[in-house]
Amino acid sequence: MSQIPAELKYVSSHEWLRTEADGTVTVGITDHAQELLGDVVFVELPKVGAHLAADEQAGVVESVKAASDVYCPVAGEILEVNAELEASPELANSDPYGAGWFFRMRPADAAALDGLMDAAAYASEIGA
Amino acid sequence: MTAPKRTPLFEEHLAAGAKMVDFAGWEMPIHYGSQLKEHELVRTDAGVFDVSHMTVIDITGGDARAWLQKLIANDVAKLGFEGKALYSGMLNETGGVVDDLIVYLTASGYRMVVNAGTTEKDLAWMEKHKAGFDVTLTVRRDLAMLAVQGPQAIDKVCALKPDWAEAIRSLKVFQGMPFGGWFVARTGYTGEDGLEIMVPADEAPAFFRALREGGVAPIGLGARDTLRLEAGMNLYGHDMDETVSPLEAGMGWTIAWAPEERDFTGRKALEAQKAAGVAMKQVGLVLEGRGVLREGQKVVVDGVGEGIITSGTFSPTLKHSIAIARVPAATGATAQVDLRGTLTDVRVVKMPFVRNGKKVFE
Repeated sequence: MSQIPAELKYVSSHEWLRTEADGTVTVGITDHAQELLGDVVFVELPKVGAHLAADEQAGVVESVKAASDVYCPVAGEILEVNAELEASPELANSDPYGAGWFFRMRPADAAALDGLMDAAAYASEIGA
Repeated sequence: MTAPKRTPLFEEHLAAGAKMVDFAGWEMPIHYGSQLKEHELVRTDAGVFDVSHMTVIDITGGDARAWLQKLIANDVAKLGFEGKALYSGMLNETGGVVDDLIVYLTASGYRMVVNAGTTEKDLAWMEKHKAGFDVTLTVRRDLAMLAVQGPQAIDKVCALKPDWAEAIRSLKVFQGMPFGGWFVARTGYTGEDGLEIMVPADEAPAFFRALREGGVAPIGLGARDTLRLEAGMNLYGHDMDETVSPLEAGMGWTIAWAPEERDFTGRKALEAQKAAGVAMKQVGLVLEGRGVLREGQKVVVDGVGEGIITSGTFSPTLKHSIAIARVPAATGATAQVDLRGTLTDVRVVKMPFVRNGKKVFE
């Protein structure tokens, strides 16, 4: 069964968001997403400093099976990307909510996260 | 919507933690945790695949040989002794591939193994072309089939079957032999040494468990695909089908042109293609940078024309992407692939990519 940590926010394109103490937001793909993809072999991450709109393409995750776009879940600026994930894409499989994070961003509007799914809503979305 | 079919090993797959998917109407294991780990185990040790969804057909009757010489493009006259195997395409009148198959010479006639997804079509095709021949087809759904593949595969099977070990070790590549109701052949679809074992369905679960206990890992269809692709082996419905000539799908070597008077189905069409010049050829593509080549992507050959990727993947052994493609015959050593909107340089190589665990292309 997929893990869906209670403290995170989710979007239907299977990214998760975690608000950090400094107000920035860390984004990755969910456990359910990595299960669907299977073994991840490449990731393409956004450029640091890029200003992305909500639902704009922020990268690509390629598994043995398929290529899939990664979307920016809320509008904002990309502050940092996970270089370790680029070197070891399997972290997206083994630790999707930890070492397998994709990027960290500053949302243009912190309140934008309020409208996103919580764990219960995401669980229902994926039929978990 | 009919319920997916299950092989005699269905419960064994669940017990081994398989993720099951629908494949050609069968509920089959795609992986048991990690496709990449399973791939590596077959390249370095031994793994077992349930291939019971494939169809075994016994062919008997006084005209079995003459009928097969008409039905398939390779020539069963090459099968010089019992147990010897032959790979062939079964072609239609326009030279397209109805299916690819293996046929063995047996004591009572021939034994053929065809693909799961094409079985009904194949049987209808064979029935239709049986008129006038004394031939009986017996579909052997009472048999399960396990492929045990990898450098340690034969040793590990022999350890479980000590009475058969000497005979199994004497098998040469593309050769099999019966052991009672079992049939053991040194064939496979991975580019590694190994066996394909037909076993009475009711004995299959215990044999599968014994293999696992004997250190043979269960391997899903996911790794089966990456292994065969590294080995440069065609997958029916992807690398060729009824609209594709074997001459454009890397199957030229499977066509027995001699003797000239053997009028196999599709021969005239292939001869016309040869006379006119075959427009396309099958090649391997290699992308050493980032990204993964995928089936259906366009191949652009500067100044020559366009082709298409028929199978593509990330190669777990080579750690970069590889693909099988059908490209213009004049294609040289390089090409470009439309990779999600970006034309990306790739190398054109002679397949296979991997044999016996090692990179083999230049």
